[in-house]
Amino acid sequence: MRKSPNIDASRVTLRLSGLEPLIVTPDSNFINVGERTNVTGSREFARLIREEQYDEALAIARNQVEGGAQIIDINMDEGMIDGEHAMTTFLNLIAAEPDISRVPIMIDSSKWSIIEAGLKVVQGKSVVNSISMKEGEAEFIRQATLVRRYGAATVVMAFDEKGQADSYERRIEICERAYRILVDQVGFPSEDIIFDPNIFPVATGMEEHRRNAIDFFEATRWIRENLPGAHVSGGVSNVSFSFRGNDTVREAMHSAFLYHGIQAGMDMGIVNPTMLEVYDSIPSDLLEHVEDVLLDRRDDATERLLDFAEAFKGQSKATEIAVLAWRDEPLEKRLEHALVKGITDFIEEDAEAARVALGSPLKVIEGPLMDGMNVVGDLFGSGKMFLPQVVKSARVMKRAVAYLNPFLEEEKSGSTGTGAGTVLLATVKGDVHDIGKNIVGVVLACNGFNVIDLGVMVPKERILDEAVRLGADIIGLSGLITPSLEEMIDVAEEMKRRGITTPVLIGGATTSRVHTAVKLSPRAGAPIVHVNDASRAVPVAARLISNETRAIFAAEVAKDYTKVREQYARDRAAKQMMPLEDARNKAKQCDFSTIPSAPTQLGIQVFEHVSVAELRPYIDWSPFFRSWGLAGMYPRILDDEVVGEEARKLFVDAMRVLDALEVDGSAIKPRAVMGLFPAARTAPETVTLFDPVKKNAPIGSFEFLRQQIVQQNGVQLSLADFIAPQADHLGCFAVAIHGVDALASIQEVAGDDYEAILIKAIGDRLAEALAEWLHTQVRRNHWGYAANEQLSNEELIKEKYQGVRPAPGYPACPDHLDKQLIWEILEAEKNIGATLTESMAMMPASAVSGYYFAHPESRYLGIGLIAEDQLKDLAKRRNISRDLAARWLASNLHSS
Amino acid sequence: MSKRVHCTSGFGASTNLFQRFCPAMDSHPTPILFPTKEEAAIRSRALEDAANQRILVLDGAMGTMIQQHRLSEEDFRGETLIHHERPLKGNNDLLSLTQPDIIRGIHEEYLQAGADILETNTFSSTTIAQGDYALEHLAFDLNRASAAVAREAADTHSTPDRMRFVAGALGPTNRTASLSPDVNNPGYRAINFDQLAKAYLEQSLGLIAGGADIILIETIFDTLNAKAALFAVESAFDQVGYRLPIMISGTITDASGRTLSGQTTEAFLISMSHAPLFSIGLNCALGAEQLTPFLEVLGNKAPFRVSAYPNAGLPNEMGEYEQGPDAMARAIEPFLERGWINVIGGCCGTTPDHIRAISQTAARYTPRPLHNTFGES
Repeated sequence: MRKSPNIDASRVTLRLSGLEPLIVTPDSNFINVGERTNVTGSREFARLIREEQYDEALAIARNQVEGGAQIIDINMDEGMIDGEHAMTTFLNLIAAEPDISRVPIMIDSSKWSIIEAGLKVVQGKSVVNSISMKEGEAEFIRQATLVRRYGAATVVMAFDEKGQADSYERRIEICERAYRILVDQVGFPSEDIIFDPNIFPVATGMEEHRRNAIDFFEATRWIRENLPGAHVSGGVSNVSFSFRGNDTVREAMHSAFLYHGIQAGMDMGIVNPTMLEVYDSIPSDLLEHVEDVLLDRRDDATERLLDFAEAFKGQSKATEIAVLAWRDEPLEKRLEHALVKGITDFIEEDAEAARVALGSPLKVIEGPLMDGMNVVGDLFGSGKMFLPQVVKSARVMKRAVAYLNPFLEEEKSGSTGTGAGTVLLATVKGDVHDIGKNIVGVVLACNGFNVIDLGVMVPKERILDEAVRLGADIIGLSGLITPSLEEMIDVAEEMKRRGITTPVLIGGATTSRVHTAVKLSPRAGAPIVHVNDASRAVPVAARLISNETRAIFAAEVAKDYTKVREQYARDRAAKQMMPLEDARNKAKQCDFSTIPSAPTQLGIQVFEHVSVAELRPYIDWSPFFRSWGLAGMYPRILDDEVVGEEARKLFVDAMRVLDALEVDGSAIKPRAVMGLFPAARTAPETVTLFDPVKKNAPIGSFEFLRQQIVQQNGVQLSLADFIAPQADHLGCFAVAIHGVDALASIQEVAGDDYEAILIKAIGDRLAEALAEWLHTQVRRNHWGYAANEQLSNEELIKEKYQGVRPAPGYPACPDHLDKQLIWEILEAEKNIGATLTESMAMMPASAVSGYYFAHPESRYLGIGLIAEDQLKDLAKRRNISRDLAARWLASNLHSS
Repeated sequence: MSKRVHCTSGFGASTNLFQRFCPAMDSHPTPILFPTKEEAAIRSRALEDAANQRILVLDGAMGTMIQQHRLSEEDFRGETLIHHERPLKGNNDLLSLTQPDIIRGIHEEYLQAGADILETNTFSSTTIAQGDYALEHLAFDLNRASAAVAREAADTHSTPDRMRFVAGALGPTNRTASLSPDVNNPGYRAINFDQLAKAYLEQSLGLIAGGADIILIETIFDTLNAKAALFAVESAFDQVGYRLPIMISGTITDASGRTLSGQTTEAFLISMSHAPLFSIGLNCALGAEQLTPFLEVLGNKAPFRVSAYPNAGLPNEMGEYEQGPDAMARAIEPFLERGWINVIGGCCGTTPDHIRAISQTAARYTPRPLHNTFGES
């Protein structure tokens, strides 16, 4: 039709938006516009709006979107309804329902004032339905200009000063005239024009209605061919007006009408997507009768369809059932679904069922409801839910709690009660975030506190005025964005100025215990406590309210915060960086008169035949439990009150795996290599290795780093300090456990993730054990400086031996690049079959590599942050660019 | 209509309209003077030319720079507001009236750092935001004074080869038209479209009167607020009889990639595309790295020029921005490399040093070619 495909696409692509985009291109499928939220078409919806039962009215809107509507049509034109008010209210409510408002809105009214009211409350690009030349060109132009200024597309009805178009000729005459005015005079983009050439009922028995459908199809075809960019829509259910009450026939008629309309170029239509039969599944006899009417194929088509339709009367269909499949889930899942999706429809019913099942309203709140909220929290945290959804979830929660509240009261009346007080909550001025605050509010209310929520963006004056007026026992301040931290300082200062001593809770994403302790607590004359976890809000609030515990708790917090402040001051002071040259002057001066003896064997040794049985005693189990989220030291953890039982189960399983590995000696293969070399500190942080035979021939240098954060003891350490400037020795090693991944993947394939993770965790432990075993061999035999060492496994784990084996990439030597030299010198690829990835990760994953330092004063250390001077120095030493060095040490750079 | 250039003593045919929308100006002591249509046209053309030749640099944070002056309550009040009933410390926009030298100095630092476009100090200069300080009546004067002081600085640093421009900034206000502040009453709104449009009209007229070259609707976290602003700006253009280029800048608030009011970047783009925009882009809330995926959407799909002025990284736990000038310049470089950008600058935590580094980096790249159509979707 047009020459350039590029221009073509832009001129005919209609772009609409709700929370998400809707893009209608020439290739798009037909766009369904939901019609059930229309008071003129749905008696049920009209009743709900009249009675202001907005929750149920919203459920109808949601049902349509879930059923596939890509736009929803909202119409409030009814005598008993204040249309502007109803349109504004309902659209505002929809805006709070992201499940619904993700689609664009069609603002439908025959009154301009109602349309304009609607346009003022939708943030997306919506569609006006409709404007026309009914009241003349001037009014048409005025309305079209405003539609454009409000940022909407528009339906233009085939209607002019003379009336509604009811023939093919009148349809194309009006549409062409309207198109020319819009495009040429108003500057309205042609792709934002959607013509409604009027769908009128067929099979009415009136002779002049016989061509209603055909004329529509033909006018549609003409518009699409002659008015570039313009789209065609229509209210489909009108066509089957004569068959109200006979859904089977109506659905077949809608589908057949759409089928022919779409063929003609109709690309949008107002339909009830849940009342639409699939064209191909319409029984052929029914289809034939319906199409006879639509296409005016027989004189007696109407009578024949009426007779035929009798057979289907009163049948209803089950198309809406699928949408509610989640209702068949178990109770906990249903509650979770309702919370995550923000659906209140069944929440009371489900809360009641849960109350009966669990026997206590509190158990429902603390159990499945809080579990569901945790899911919401996780989804939000990972960016899978967004703010409005979470607010909705809180509302569902609140609804459930409101339902449970009377039972809670009943239960409580028997008990002593918590002496619940009044908590005033507010998101501070300048901030609109309140999920955390709302969740805290819900949780507190669930626990019997009287919660008064002042909402968001509350100025400090109002917070404090209200707190005084209401006699609040606690003030809760929330904020998410960073300026709120400053605002909270203002609130604290204002409280002090006014002499208000009400305890304050601080929460919200950017708040922190450190900030509260450092910036807020010293400024306020009242206890200020940071509570970022909703579950902590209840005990903290309870202790702050009770007369008996308030003073004690406040003192505890004050003490804690004093520590935090001191720590913060220390951290800041410690973060002062020393220039590299100065740090070098404060290097450790080891006593090299006690230099360890030369190794008994220099050069490389490969270890091929270490067995699992040999390694078992060397396993350090504590990190194994940590990897499963169980905190505690082995073996005490096995008797731990909280996690002991889980730890024991896990340990039994680990033993089972190790037994099996021991029996099948070939399942995994431990391989190790180490080398001991003459070495010397040839620069402040450089240790050069020399050939074991030709002792003056350097074979490579390890480049270490030095602490630049000012150290309290006045010593700025580097691992290089532990090597003498001449005639010393250094070792290095690499170990790997082969076969672990293969074993784990067998379990993965079998669907046993637990077993797969277990095997990998044990593989890692065995690699560490192999490193420990090898180090012991080195100390006692190969280097032999500790030939008489006799240490228990526990003492080994506590590193009671002489010398250390730090690993590249860990705090003592955060630069991973030395692994390359270790691999090269030890020929690790050949000797133990292990390789390095481009990021210096070791393959297989169960592997360890590092250096051996033997000096008695050598120890592990943390380099922490380094400054630009050292970065550049290191880059020069390694002969790489500064930026590349910075990439490897990104997390250690002081400057970024 | 188009011939009317001065709204001086006579006010002409527009007076009634003007006063209807701006009741605060009924008794305005001095006559309102707008730049002529010709002046505006010359500057608009110069801006277009500059934007076609190079990536334009927007300035950095104003608040961060004001903080460094450690001003007291008395400083904020100046001489005229000594007896005002509310505390005024923190009302940064007020400084354009009470401490114009400080604001001009900050503008000049940014110009010296290489900024092509200055943002006026008017983020909160609506009657709505000024209501917190009981200074609604000053809204028009604040905007005019802020635009004038930026105009003065920009003119001083303009050469025939390189003009500097003033973007009159319309902030989001402190209320949202799409969200309820009350969780129990989701249909409630603390502000509506008409109230916003009225406030923004007064602000726009003040900015134009003060000599703004561009209208910048920024830090948009609720698209409906921005639509009201755009509506008001169009009304202001009707009144003065000419248009200025419009820049739009939205804010993606978190990892979900949505505006606070819940729109995706593309939905936001579509919702703001009904005016002939000079540019559309993103600012604030995130650092350059986090902004990347959302900027890519605009880079690929916007039928207008694209702008970005991210924060200096993400704030630390003390609420401070730590990303240094070089690190930030490196972080924005991928945008420039990929040809997404026409206007680049900085938001929270950025300083003249940041802008200098950004400006030097931007000079090495060519601007994004202007697409007349939305990208393939």
